[in-house]
Amino acid sequence: MAVEFTPEEVRYVATLARLKLSDEEVASYAVQLSAVLDHIDAIRALDLEGTPATSHSFDLVNIFRADEVRPGVDREEVLAQAPAAEDGRFRVPRILGEAP
Amino acid sequence: MSDTTRMTATAIAAAVRGGELSAREVASSALNLIAQHEGELHCFNVVTSEVALAQADAVDEKIARGEDPGPLAGVPIALKDNLCTRGVATTCSSKILEGWLPPYDATVVTRLIEAGAVSVGKSNLDEFAMGSSTENSAFGASKNPWDTSRVPGGSSGGSAAAVAAGFVPIALGSDTGGSIRQPAAFCGTVGMKPTYGLVSRYGLIAFASSLDQIGPFSTTVTDAALLLEAICGHDDRDSTSLRDTPTSFVGPLAEGIAGLRVGVITDFLSDADPLIVTAVRDAAGALASAGATVDEVAIPELMSGLAAYYLIAPAEASSNLSRYDGVRYGLRVDGPDVAKMNAETRAAGFGPEVKRRIMLGTYVLSAGYYDAYYAQAQRVRTMVANAFNRAYERFDVLLGPTTPSVAFQFGAKIDDPLAMYLSDLYTIPSNLAGHPAISVPFTLGEAGMPVGVQVFAPALGEQAMFRVAKAVEDAQQAGCRGPVELSAGASR
Repeated sequence: MAVEFTPEEVRYVATLARLKLSDEEVASYAVQLSAVLDHIDAIRALDLEGTPATSHSFDLVNIFRADEVRPGVDREEVLAQAPAAEDGRFRVPRILGEAP
Repeated sequence: MSDTTRMTATAIAAAVRGGELSAREVASSALNLIAQHEGELHCFNVVTSEVALAQADAVDEKIARGEDPGPLAGVPIALKDNLCTRGVATTCSSKILEGWLPPYDATVVTRLIEAGAVSVGKSNLDEFAMGSSTENSAFGASKNPWDTSRVPGGSSGGSAAAVAAGFVPIALGSDTGGSIRQPAAFCGTVGMKPTYGLVSRYGLIAFASSLDQIGPFSTTVTDAALLLEAICGHDDRDSTSLRDTPTSFVGPLAEGIAGLRVGVITDFLSDADPLIVTAVRDAAGALASAGATVDEVAIPELMSGLAAYYLIAPAEASSNLSRYDGVRYGLRVDGPDVAKMNAETRAAGFGPEVKRRIMLGTYVLSAGYYDAYYAQAQRVRTMVANAFNRAYERFDVLLGPTTPSVAFQFGAKIDDPLAMYLSDLYTIPSNLAGHPAISVPFTLGEAGMPVGVQVFAPALGEQAMFRVAKAVEDAQQAGCRGPVELSAGASR
């Protein structure tokens, strides 16, 4: 197999992606993603010098709407769906190191 | 009460608008059939009986007041469960969104209600639309109504199965790499992916934003055109929504296909199942008999589409799914700090395929790999679109298979992601190019399972695409399309 995604790389990428993986997941993703990357790797051999990259099928730029006041979504309805909310805001674990 | 479950959307809307059927009668008929057979098929994450009856009553009241109830008056519809419905649970078949009640409706949902449609439920999908079988749903797979030992396809498998079972005459799905057309082919229904930007994505929970597009399922080409008319058109809530696009798709069907130039894509015939290759050749012959000029065309660039797709789609997904972090909605698993809370939440909330794609996408976007993989995939995307456009200098539409095989058995590919991905080989190029394509049931293949033939068209070429699709349908083998007979039990 030409491309190898090592367990160490799997663990590193999981950190970047904020995913906690079990040892079993690390082992199986290393094997499965190596197979997928091996298939995908073929496109590196295509000579596409001078072919521009497409990020969207149709180039639409500067899409504006009229600057009019209109209702947004209801704050209470949104906060009612949050795992934790307090004083009209989303509540999360403490980020800064100050004492409680 | 009459059973309306085998009527087309066109026939139901005409009967409801004409006062021959009430919308409530139609909704009750659909809900009754669902109550009898949903247990064996699992098309839905939730059946919204009360919503459906209330929407049906609203249609009947409009008619009683002499108002226009809309072009889809009283037509029951299934909505893929990645379309936001205000106050109705929308899960993407993921534990991370279980129980979430959206604070707004997707634009397509708003337009369907205005058109008089009646929403009977949220249909099952592979988690976050990642998969080709619905086996990646956190709430269990849907079954293929033709043979319950087989998958309905995916990711919009619940929508396809609901139409094939006769639960609803029409449904909405979303198609990022074939997620409407592949299950349509597997279940013997029509399934269509519109031009990118023809239908608003506002309220469609994002998978790969540059590829995602909402589109119709139905039993007939005319019904698909009717449903597309109801949902298409500019929306200023979607910045990729196109302006001044065609709005009429049913009317032009009557023009026929005399003089249209059809190209059969030979590259798609080398690896497909022999009965599927025969189906494509027979469909091409039928189009020639109906007055089209038919020739073959080689477009080898399309075969690089799959590799580019499995770089671009996971890359966009890894970015889009970063919003599921346990902060604003859905699941939270507590941790001592925010980073650990994020990681624990995502570990508990996402299933194996979603994690796999987030990993793949994060990897190809990471330092050192971006140019080699992601930027190269974006160049392949240009190559695929250019190759299609060169073919459209000679042809009005292109023809090919939808899938390499008929619906496979449960478990056949779930442990081999690459094999599963290969079932999208013939559908992915249209997403990369942003072009429309439709799968039409044409015949029965291996094991008596339905076979779909795919019609491709250039950007905003929906009218010619539908006309050719209708001609394919006019030549289809009897009994190759849904709804199937469920009365003797769905299993054969």
